[in-house]
Amino acid sequence: MAQTSAELEERLDHLQHHFVDSDQQFDSSKMGMWVFLVTEILTFGGLFAAYIVYRSWYPELYLEASTELNAFWGTVNTAVLIGSSLTVAMAIRSAQLNQIKGLIINLWITIGLAVTFMVIKYFEYAEKFEKGILPGRYYSYDGLEHEKANIFFSIYYMMTGLHGLHVIIGIGLMLWLVKKAKQKVFHSGYYTPVEITGLFWHLVDVIWIFLFPLLYLID
Amino acid sequence: MATTDQNKTKKVQVRRFKPEENPEKHYLNQEKGLWAWLTTVDHKKIGLMYLASIAFFFFIGGVLALLLRTELLTPAQTFIDADVYNQVFTLHGAIMIFFFLVPSVPAALGNFILPLQLGCKDVAFPRINLASFYIYVIGAIFTFISITTGAVDTGWTFYTPYSATTGTSVLMMTLGIFILGFSSILTGVNFITTIHKLRAPGLTWNKLPLNMWALYATSIIQVLATPVLAITVLLLAMERLLGIGIFDPNLGGDPVLYQHFFWFYSHPAVYIMIVPGFGIISEVISTFSRKIIFGYWAIALSSLAIAFIGFLVWGHHMFTAGQSSLANMVFSFLTFLVGIPTGIKIFNWLATMYKGSIDMKTPMLYAMIFLFLFTIGGFTGIMLGALAVDIHLHDTYYVVAHFHYVMMGGMVMAFLAGLHYWWPKMFGKMYNEFWAKVTAVVLFIGFNMTFLPQFVMGSQGMPRRYFNYIDQFQGFHQFSTIGSYIIGVAFLMMFAYMMHSLFKGKKAPANPWGSRALEWQVSSPAPLHNFDHTPVIIHGPYDYHQPMSEFQLGIATSHNGHHAGEPVTVEKSVTDKV
Repeated sequence: MAQTSAELEERLDHLQHHFVDSDQQFDSSKMGMWVFLVTEILTFGGLFAAYIVYRSWYPELYLEASTELNAFWGTVNTAVLIGSSLTVAMAIRSAQLNQIKGLIINLWITIGLAVTFMVIKYFEYAEKFEKGILPGRYYSYDGLEHEKANIFFSIYYMMTGLHGLHVIIGIGLMLWLVKKAKQKVFHSGYYTPVEITGLFWHLVDVIWIFLFPLLYLID
Repeated sequence: MATTDQNKTKKVQVRRFKPEENPEKHYLNQEKGLWAWLTTVDHKKIGLMYLASIAFFFFIGGVLALLLRTELLTPAQTFIDADVYNQVFTLHGAIMIFFFLVPSVPAALGNFILPLQLGCKDVAFPRINLASFYIYVIGAIFTFISITTGAVDTGWTFYTPYSATTGTSVLMMTLGIFILGFSSILTGVNFITTIHKLRAPGLTWNKLPLNMWALYATSIIQVLATPVLAITVLLLAMERLLGIGIFDPNLGGDPVLYQHFFWFYSHPAVYIMIVPGFGIISEVISTFSRKIIFGYWAIALSSLAIAFIGFLVWGHHMFTAGQSSLANMVFSFLTFLVGIPTGIKIFNWLATMYKGSIDMKTPMLYAMIFLFLFTIGGFTGIMLGALAVDIHLHDTYYVVAHFHYVMMGGMVMAFLAGLHYWWPKMFGKMYNEFWAKVTAVVLFIGFNMTFLPQFVMGSQGMPRRYFNYIDQFQGFHQFSTIGSYIIGVAFLMMFAYMMHSLFKGKKAPANPWGSRALEWQVSSPAPLHNFDHTPVIIHGPYDYHQPMSEFQLGIATSHNGHHAGEPVTVEKSVTDKV
């Protein structure tokens, strides 16, 4: 934050008592979020490890089973999420420039894109459930030869399911940001929650960018 | 004021702030009432709530242990049947590990002491800190639901395939541990951020108390390892709920993969338990030897080294589980490496005591017990890390004895050292020194009687987790059981004198040990916001060759003192008022 003028010091209602100044509070929150993102990466890292282990044991299973996934809608979803990363970055920019209206609009667009992602995901899941491609022991689809096809889809559902859960949490966070923004809580001297939610949202995006080729584009 | 010169140090005007003795207002009596406690964001009160919770779980886990030892008095059934025995040892392990050891030092003592040692008013995220406590409580509730709906009989490691098929309530227990993991992660995030961003002016990295270095290393492990446990138990829960088949061989999965996942967390987790203990021992030994710590950087960095190597040794739990022999050899070698930083610490502590002016107060006595018992635990750990020996000793009482020497002889003794050391700062009361020392000795005797025979039994082939045994081992088992009763008596004595101290104890001075560390430069009990001034640090926390007055400095004016940890130069003009 380059500005440290008197106009900003007027608004210090956001400053918690145990911080010395706004900068320290902002730096701490941002660092805390980065450390939290590390834990997120390791959580998904466990699933990626399971993915890698089974892929190295049964490479042909992955080739075969990934054909059941719809690469077209996967691509659309990738575009949707990358777009939402752009709009969330624009939301942060608006907050930095004190443009509260722009902040709210950008947050709404991001929420809209996130919901679009989930709707597409819902149709993908529904289509598979209908065919009998259910996780693990409920797997009843006979279109695939490989005897461990159920495990591929277990991994698929665990990874995309956990990712979907993060998208839903992100939507919740951004709805909360919209509410706060309407109450005029944020301004160019205080937009920490917008910034760290943005960080979280970028991580959700990045994880999808790894999931998409690993699951949909094997062939 | 606060101009920067070429050396990038900041000039600040300071004056001396002598702590008020026995203040009328402190953190315990401001903001009264149960509701104020339950909704507090004060790190000290959250620390005490954690302390009460872990004491409760330690009591439960201890009673379970006494049940186990009582059952083992005779070779056949004594008073509980085999199924109950399985549930009791599982609960003993799960409760002691997840509900006592993991949160004991970081969340209870660490929460209390971390901001005081850093010279700040609270941790970086006080509300998240409170949330972590309630997440812990919710995790505990899930565990109690599990206990009342059929308990768990898998051992605390929940190995598949048994854990995926047994009829007991594994799902609730694993969900409880999943939730508990978040509590641990949030504490870690909070501590890392606080140590980086909230240090007092002048508290540079080379003046950071070693307890902070230890908690820093611990937090890094918590943040990196716990998410893997979370995903592991989540997969296990899904295994039971949906049969996803990743770990269950009946559905085409691989049970050894589960062991890899589990130990990738759970081996670093034993360092989550022991490393903060090292921090306490560093503080206690320096304070009661009245001497600067020997090898400050060696101790500080060896904590980080343990954290790092700890991530590379998980495979030594699977030497007999069908791992490739190359992997076995690599893991065995890496396991030996852990001994190096640990040895560095032990020798530095000994060197600190050498020619020091040793004052054998209770915390120091516990530190001595720690050194003795932990060294035995450490050496037997090296033996278990040796491949050929481990094939013989795997899953015997030798492992049980090793683990208890490290965890109880090491960690619990360090925890007790810290508890006695900081007790006056927590409650403003002294405990009875004589009874505290007697208790420590009784505990030491009871502990060795319990676990020393288990080394012998184990090396002779007594397998662990067995409900009955052949007659040859009865003498050892009975000796061990009597020892466990003595441990029980010691903890009852401890409870008695601590209660006496709380209600009728002598009032504690601000700095009963004459320590130079920052937390002793405020009143006992600590003020509500820790420091009514911004403390300024010009010496290391163990500089016993410097006068006390130079450790009680704070910024003279109402300057805000941001830029955590920057070096400062002090203008003496206004020093030593008050």
